[in-house]
Amino acid sequence: MKHDIIAEPGILEVSNLHVAFGRPKDRVSVVNGVDFSLAKGEVLGILGESGSGKSVMLRSLMGLFPRRTHVTGHVRLAGQDLLAMDKKTLRNIRGRDVSMIFQEPMTSFDPVFTVGRQITETIRRHDGVSEQDAQARALELFELVAIPSAKSRLTNYPHEMSGGMRQRVMIALALACRPKVLLADEPTTALDVTVQIQILLLLRELQREMGMSVVFVTHDIGVAAEVADRIGVMYAGRFAELAPTRAAILTPRHPYTRGLLAATIHGQQRGDHIETIPGAPPNLAHLPTGCAFAPRCGRSVAACTEKMPEMTVFGKTHMARCYNPEPSQI
Amino acid sequence: MTSYAKDTGSEFPSVSSYRDLKVQESPGYWAMVRKRILRDPVTLISAAILLVIILSAILAPVLAPYDPYVGNIMTRMKPVGFEGHLLGTDETGRDMLSRLLFGGRLSLIAGVVPVSIALLIGGSLGITAGFFGGLVNTVIMRVTDVFYAFPSILLAIAICGMLGTGLFNTLLSLTLVFIPPIVRISESVTTQVRNLDFVEAARASGAGSFALMRYQVLPNVLAPILVYTTSLVSLSIILAAGLSFLGLGVSAPAAEWGLMLNSLRQMIYIDPVLAALPGVLIFATSMCFNLISDGLRSAMDVRLKV
Repeated sequence: MKHDIIAEPGILEVSNLHVAFGRPKDRVSVVNGVDFSLAKGEVLGILGESGSGKSVMLRSLMGLFPRRTHVTGHVRLAGQDLLAMDKKTLRNIRGRDVSMIFQEPMTSFDPVFTVGRQITETIRRHDGVSEQDAQARALELFELVAIPSAKSRLTNYPHEMSGGMRQRVMIALALACRPKVLLADEPTTALDVTVQIQILLLLRELQREMGMSVVFVTHDIGVAAEVADRIGVMYAGRFAELAPTRAAILTPRHPYTRGLLAATIHGQQRGDHIETIPGAPPNLAHLPTGCAFAPRCGRSVAACTEKMPEMTVFGKTHMARCYNPEPSQI
Repeated sequence: MTSYAKDTGSEFPSVSSYRDLKVQESPGYWAMVRKRILRDPVTLISAAILLVIILSAILAPVLAPYDPYVGNIMTRMKPVGFEGHLLGTDETGRDMLSRLLFGGRLSLIAGVVPVSIALLIGGSLGITAGFFGGLVNTVIMRVTDVFYAFPSILLAIAICGMLGTGLFNTLLSLTLVFIPPIVRISESVTTQVRNLDFVEAARASGAGSFALMRYQVLPNVLAPILVYTTSLVSLSIILAAGLSFLGLGVSAPAAEWGLMLNSLRQMIYIDPVLAALPGVLIFATSMCFNLISDGLRSAMDVRLKV
């Protein structure tokens, strides 16, 4: 827990990450070169359409891949490369240094064990404490995530709990070993709106208190704006834009980010048509040579179809891949 | 370790205020299973009948009024209720009740033993194939398919014919016959379970392959495999009977329900009730196994609400 992170620029360093599925001849590239650095205590929200590689990217941050996956690049957690280490070391890190909250609280628990057992199992797996100690910690965790009558709730089976309650249990489970980095894959998508905000507030509260770094994936710009310090917008397996939350929402530089923001619903829009981005995301098996967004982009120039634009830095921390970015003032 | 239970901020009501509130506590797993079975009359009755059948087979030497292998030519083919012979006598004058009691021993062994061994072997192979997939799966499943090419009774006959007669060879051949379907069932349910979210969630918490198989896969696939397997017990009794009939299983003087059914076949016009008796017992035993397996499945499933 007392890792010296001053020498490292960030707790999590991702460089040149590529993930592709399938055999070489019919390979589908899902993640095409992701670079970012996550500071200690920072919350990074990742936005994007379905199929933009968000979830695959998130899973690769803890080395979880389906079969026949081709991965290159580096994911360094506190200096150790997760993609290069052996399986045993990786298993010791999963759940302890980096843990994940899944989207579906309904299916992400083993139905044949009580939720308490599933938490104590994880604690004992990583910390090797006695059953009593593990149970005491599970109880503390349940109280931490504000589950009423925590003690009796520990003896419940997953099906005996509601969705929001199960998502709280999932958070408790993810926090069980005080991870340095918490990954959340659309943690609130499966919940109804009133529960969503409770869970988000809880997550932010716990993140601040425990000083964790969080990467979370969402479709919902409102959610990202609420929780994240920084927002990354993914398109076709790359970051189109990576900027502090305020800048990303108020002055987006990439036309895709602007399109996403324009497509959200505001209160004053009553009666108007909602703006849309024409076309559909590209086929990941045959990516265009230039900017993947160029065919749908209203601001594309000749260079866009020839070569993928590099990440350009605007200001100190605002980055976007675009030859013809949106003006900095709207 | 530092304590986690700090004040989580003003947005939440203080936890301690409802910390000791009682919700209905889940009873233990086995307590729940027992409660459900006690509420299920069909399973209870089947279990009682099966228990009687098993006990009477075990206690056959004590209960049987006559020697099952010695007949009296003077009292051949007497009907049910004949004086001194409660269930009548067979074509060589042997006491039916004694033969049925002793026959239960061989039949129950022929029903349970091959299926249990096949469950161990087939279940392990199937779960391994389903869990690891890829090449392991291909090898195990294609070899299984080779066995599948033969109808089960023909395969049993072929193996028995090759090995020779006798109880042991019957059991061996039946075991081999039952492995492939169990492998297939186990493989398919394992493949379903291993792709569910909670398996990935467990992997994300640091579980290795063995832990995943033991805690995530096995408890979730056991119920469907067990239910299917218990349904094979009745088939096994009947196949064993068929082998005996063809002279490949246990041989003639031995008391075994299938063998008795076949030898009493010729009497069906003379005394149909007598000829049907071994069949009734085979039927009752298989039914009981099937109903119990069904009852167990519903009782052992934590997801079902009762």
